[in-house]
Amino acid sequence: MEYVSPEGLRLDGRRPMEMRQIRAEIGAVSKADGSAVFEMGNTKVIAAVYGPRQVQNKSQQMNDQALVRCEYSMANFSTGDRMRKPKGDRRSTEISLVIRQTMEACILTHLMPHSQIDIFVQVLQADGGTRSACINAATLALADAGIPMRDLVTSCSAGYLNSTPLLDLNYVEDSAGGADVTLGILPKLDKVTLLQMDSKLPIDILENVMQLAIEGCKAVANYIREILLENTKQLEYRRGV
Amino acid sequence: MDHQRLQQLTKITLNNNNFIQTALLSDLRVDGRRPLDYRKLTIKFGADDGSSEVKLGDTYVISFVTAQLLQPYKDRPNEGSLSVFTEFSPMADPSFEPGRASESAVELGRIVDRGLRESRAIDTESLCVVSGKLVWAIRIDIHVIDNGGNLVDAANVAALAALLTFRRPECSLTGEDGQQVVVHPPEERDPLPLIIHHLPIAVTFGFFSNENLVVIDPTYHEESVMTGRMTATLNANGDVCSIQKAGGEGVSQRVIMHCLKLAHVKAGDITAKIRDVVEIHNTERALRKIKRHSSSVAVDVCGTTATLGGKQNQSVGDKNVNHLDQLKLKDELNDMECDAKTPGQVQSNKKDGVSNNFTGGPSSWDPYSECVDSDSLKASLASRGQSTPQSKQKDSRSETKREEQPKEVKTNSSSAMDIAPNVRQSNNEGKTLKDAVKPKHKRKKKTSSNGRK
Repeated sequence: MEYVSPEGLRLDGRRPMEMRQIRAEIGAVSKADGSAVFEMGNTKVIAAVYGPRQVQNKSQQMNDQALVRCEYSMANFSTGDRMRKPKGDRRSTEISLVIRQTMEACILTHLMPHSQIDIFVQVLQADGGTRSACINAATLALADAGIPMRDLVTSCSAGYLNSTPLLDLNYVEDSAGGADVTLGILPKLDKVTLLQMDSKLPIDILENVMQLAIEGCKAVANYIREILLENTKQLEYRRGV
Repeated sequence: MDHQRLQQLTKITLNNNNFIQTALLSDLRVDGRRPLDYRKLTIKFGADDGSSEVKLGDTYVISFVTAQLLQPYKDRPNEGSLSVFTEFSPMADPSFEPGRASESAVELGRIVDRGLRESRAIDTESLCVVSGKLVWAIRIDIHVIDNGGNLVDAANVAALAALLTFRRPECSLTGEDGQQVVVHPPEERDPLPLIIHHLPIAVTFGFFSNENLVVIDPTYHEESVMTGRMTATLNANGDVCSIQKAGGEGVSQRVIMHCLKLAHVKAGDITAKIRDVVEIHNTERALRKIKRHSSSVAVDVCGTTATLGGKQNQSVGDKNVNHLDQLKLKDELNDMECDAKTPGQVQSNKKDGVSNNFTGGPSSWDPYSECVDSDSLKASLASRGQSTPQSKQKDSRSETKREEQPKEVKTNSSSAMDIAPNVRQSNNEGKTLKDAVKPKHKRKKKTSSNGRK
């Protein structure tokens, strides 16, 4: 199948190096300490953060750092055909682990010993790049909750189809069987914390695709920063300072 | 989450932690390796096809591959499936709990699974029997027996080794509509190996809070000190099949590319190693067949029934030895190995010769035995015509047995006479699984009673 037309357009009309439209909103869950909705095109994810709070299960308490927990789930209605058994499958267990470890790397856990931080992410609409969207949403929610972080982790995916590196794959491109690289970076430190890749790709091409994904992550980081700044301004305004 | 807690209980002491990091600063590791050295990798094979045990330093992983005929997934009607199951035995590590698979077990399974599946290392289309109805489902079971660190790499190698030596029974379609599936037991037709295009090798790196420290193939202790890990799965051609760096310490892109290049070199080494070991294993497999034939060329064609009896004897012997073998997984170079497969292969060669559709894979091809086969076959056909029960060649063991106990041969031969037409019948009629199994079953019973006389 042709994923990039001779005119250089993708199936949804984007250019190879173009991202889908991203939209973020802070404060989607009223009870949570921090929450956010993050959209990348048709992919929509909601994240809620509780904590730092008392450790629920005392035996898990750590004396030198905070306990970070994460739960990833996909809503039954998020995919094209309704899912039968949405919870506890191996894919979501793995993604929970990936998100937890990614967020753990940027949270300053040593500042909050004896406490626990819970991150809940739920996919409302899945159209490729749910992993990236979840990480971006979780970052925003953590920032909203005021949890100290080294940097804002941002994530974006990139792929390689029809010998063209493509940024931010949608579901059709994702399931085309080409390479799929999901990258998470700490933009200010310029470090890669999350890197997952599937399918077969020579090393030098992978380097290009990774570079493209890094650019995507940086673009997301800029957008997230804007959103946070705007949010802070609004808070400032409400306080009437 | 309990996993986290237990990890904490078994957490490394601060002194050890500092020691490992300081030693690493001067390019030294606790087990005497350099940072970019791999541990010693030992691959052995079990008694059955499709089982392997891998030792990587202290890490000990075994893997079994099995196949089952199942209905294919709806979206892929003509592709077989591949699934990976992991079992972390609680004896391997105090942090492994019995029962539910921990997060790390799931992650390990997913890494091995993705490396094999997404890179299309195994030709799944060749596993299709009837499109949309019946395909072979390949199941890889990975058991961790001892956790000495870097389970992923060891598990990956174990899975590959098991897949490379796995043989699935041959299938054919018969019946009026050509939809009836017959599974040929290994005695009848040589089982087929999987078609494997390339070997995706996982290589794991450990990162530490000091950015300049990178180790390859971390040990258990290093794993508890390091703050980040990356597993790159590459094949010998330098294609990256999967990468897993699930959070943890951030590293720059330059370091990652450097690691990938290192992994490429290591993948080449490990691929060569696996290929060598599998090659040795396959030659051994083939040699077992030759042994059986070579001893018999001159002596053989004395009497069809008698030889058939001889074969029965031998198959009993084989069954017994094989039983022992299964209890104790054999060493790769063990001369004592006796193979359950070989009597079956002798037979299958014969039958294939008759029906003129020899379909054995390249690994089982040996011109020597085949040539002997067809010669003796022609001779027997010429002298006795179609109705002759198949003449059998026998192995040195059965020969000596017969010399020792000539009486037994007679009893054997009479019993074999009864069975011989039976065997042929099952050959001529439309083959079904039942027919194929029956005679073998009978033979087993009779010979076992004979053998104990």
